[in-house]
Amino acid sequence: MVGISSYGAYIPWHRLDRRNFVKAWGGFAIPGERSVAYYDEDSVTMAVEAGMDCLGDLDPRQVDGLFFATTTSPYKEKQCSAVIAMPLDLRRDIRAADFNTSLKSGTTAMALAADSIKAGSARNILVTVADNRIGGLSGFQEQTIGDGAAAFLLGTDDVIAEIQGVYSISDELSGTWRSGGDTFVRFWEDRMVQDEGYLPVLSEAIKGLMRQCRLEPKDFAKVVIDCPGDPRGHGKLAAGLGFDGSQVQDPLNIFMSVGFCGCAGAPMLLVSALEEAKPGNKILFAGSGNGADVFVLEVTPAIERFAPRRGIKKHQAAKRMLGNYNDYLRWRDLVPLEAARRPDKQHNKVSAIWRERKVLLGLYGVKCKSCGTLQYDNGANSTTPIRVCAVCQAQDNFEDHRFAKKRGKVFSFTHDSLSPSADPPSSVVLVDFEGGGRAFFDCTDRDPETLKIGTHVEMTFRKMHFDRGITNYFWKARPVRFDG
Amino acid sequence: MPGSIKDRVAIVGMGCTEFGTLWNKGPSDLIVEAVNEACADAGIEMKDIEAAWAGTLFSVGGRTLSEPLRLQYKPVTRVENACGSGHEALRAAAYAVAAGIHDVVLAVGFEKLKDEGMSGVPGMENRTNTHYQCSMPGVFAMMANKYFDRYGLTPKEGKEMLAKISVKSHANGSLNPKAHLRRKVTLEQVLNAPMVASPLGLFDCCGVSDGAAAAILCRTDMAKNFRPDPVWIKALQICTSPTSGRLVQDYDYTHVEEAYRAGIAAYEEAGIKKPREEIGMAEVHDCFSITEAVTMEDLQFSPRGKVREDIDAGTFELGGALPVQPDGGLKCFGHPIGASGIRMIYELYLQLQGKADKRQIKNPKLGLAHNMGGEPYAPTVSVVIVGS
Repeated sequence: MVGISSYGAYIPWHRLDRRNFVKAWGGFAIPGERSVAYYDEDSVTMAVEAGMDCLGDLDPRQVDGLFFATTTSPYKEKQCSAVIAMPLDLRRDIRAADFNTSLKSGTTAMALAADSIKAGSARNILVTVADNRIGGLSGFQEQTIGDGAAAFLLGTDDVIAEIQGVYSISDELSGTWRSGGDTFVRFWEDRMVQDEGYLPVLSEAIKGLMRQCRLEPKDFAKVVIDCPGDPRGHGKLAAGLGFDGSQVQDPLNIFMSVGFCGCAGAPMLLVSALEEAKPGNKILFAGSGNGADVFVLEVTPAIERFAPRRGIKKHQAAKRMLGNYNDYLRWRDLVPLEAARRPDKQHNKVSAIWRERKVLLGLYGVKCKSCGTLQYDNGANSTTPIRVCAVCQAQDNFEDHRFAKKRGKVFSFTHDSLSPSADPPSSVVLVDFEGGGRAFFDCTDRDPETLKIGTHVEMTFRKMHFDRGITNYFWKARPVRFDG
Repeated sequence: MPGSIKDRVAIVGMGCTEFGTLWNKGPSDLIVEAVNEACADAGIEMKDIEAAWAGTLFSVGGRTLSEPLRLQYKPVTRVENACGSGHEALRAAAYAVAAGIHDVVLAVGFEKLKDEGMSGVPGMENRTNTHYQCSMPGVFAMMANKYFDRYGLTPKEGKEMLAKISVKSHANGSLNPKAHLRRKVTLEQVLNAPMVASPLGLFDCCGVSDGAAAAILCRTDMAKNFRPDPVWIKALQICTSPTSGRLVQDYDYTHVEEAYRAGIAAYEEAGIKKPREEIGMAEVHDCFSITEAVTMEDLQFSPRGKVREDIDAGTFELGGALPVQPDGGLKCFGHPIGASGIRMIYELYLQLQGKADKRQIKNPKLGLAHNMGGEPYAPTVSVVIVGS
């Protein structure tokens, strides 16, 4: 049985009430709010978050493959899944691949992952899907787009939703696109895109799948279909195919609080459906974009033993509202700002970052085998790697110790107004990890008013610095976002 | 103690430029002015200098000193120990004399900071561009927050304790014609100043300045040939951190271990049993108000956690039992990084010779200078004790 063994999701902490767009530009506000990736987040960091949520307490060394789907890759040339594998602590002998450019990249990655597993090339594959597209300033899409991610572990063990059929079609239409140096999503008249791109293509694919699997609309407990730019098209499609409103996984729930998350939209909706699914439920799941991928899933009894994930629901609830639209512009680097009166950062030294990749991207420290002390050092002062124990001075007698999933407490902190930040002041914490080890980190997703000595923090993978086309990733501390 | 420096080296000439935002002065101006004053003070000529050391953070090579002075084929070295580079130059010079290699040497500290077009000093970055985004004020602000927390001070009580330190230093600085910041401030001004890194506001931070200071050192048996009132080095101790305090959880972040240890070693070298009674004045590395506060405890002037009582009692004011920063300190004299360590000695030297004018302390006996380079968990700290 090949299917979904685990799921996870990620929604940024920050949300912007859509009325803020109207305050800035005038016009019509779409109801609700949207998620806004923080200035230190991108599709890679969100994929890591969703991947960590998905893997939970599963052993990441058992994962045989990593797919990353996004239309907002930070790179045109350079594989992001190779980056993502490091913070997720996956093995080296995995098949890693990026799926880009199509809004159905996520579902295509899932279909191909399932095929690889069926073919016996892998026991399981982690599929991460994330997007943070940018709508043109003052436009409709600026309001409708959101940022988010989902992840699925596909495999044959402990399957919670079996994949019973997949059907794909390809369709050529320039409905939405970005090319070359486009920052903003471009799109053709939405009416035509809906009438010729969305409705007929998804209808054709869904009908094709039902024919292939000899299923009828009444056989499905839930219908999880990608939502078009105008959510009204969604209902029209479902009704046209003969689905009852009660069967449809309502996309408005996510739309009103998060927005349309590009190629992560349909996968996030599926996570939402799985959070409520019962054994025996058949789920129709469809993603679209220059064609469509449609799946038949059947929920298994294993879902009742499935440990809860942060998923969509908890991420939806844990949020902080942005005060204004200006922050959005600043975080997305959409307006030129006065440079901080501080020295420019040095260029990235690829050799040094590569040498320390396990320490920096994997957040690996050491445990001294002589005295047992845990230590993490990213060379914040000057030196790495650790060769001599900070406590007993034993040399080269260490074993690896990973700090990424450890929690800690703020030993001290400051809010630094001198240090440059895209969301000043720059909050810095000295973290004492549970079980030992201490290190300084930037503090992200924080409310300066509530951060204090003793605040519980967890680690989150973020962008540190962008220089000459290279995004330098590292970990930051954030106040624990969820209880338990 | 093997190899003690006590009474083996004399300071026979010193010079110090005005510190400040000296837009019109280049590094050569600063160095030449300070060294000219020191040479004139010692009654020597440039050619009499046998060897020289320059303490500076942002320069390269011995030529940084030999070039402006056109020292003629002498052994000249630039030394660096972060913000403690001044004392490092003094140490190299003093040890060369004590070792019997040279008779008359020069130690210079200088920095030309104000060509960077920004406030503060250049930031910290590591090899992999993953340093937390924290300025120097931020690193010390974390010590202040921890100190308040550990000793149960409310943010307001903590801020007030620190503010009184700055008010005192400004009062002293107002009496010093060479100081960068020469005006008194009120407690309210300090408390209401813009925040730099919470809880440290503008007046909790030292001046970022240009400046240079210089010292002529010689063998003690030669000292009276130069002047009747030389100053003797009684102790010169330095302690460098293994920087484990940022890696393991036993460092309390409310003291500087290296300062404590350098103090103990210096007191032993100078034969001091009761620092608070025997030290007559101190110039400490008050880069931030909190640094001065914990340094009073590290140097055993105040009991741990109790510096607030001494601050409230005025112990460290100019007329107090143990005046600290009589020249205004880094806070008001300013902090041209490499110069500060020598500038501290300059003030102690003037005080011991009775030349400190309006700031003169009565019969100061012994003076202590404390120079710190690096963060509270990772510094090099030196303690120099001088006497007449």
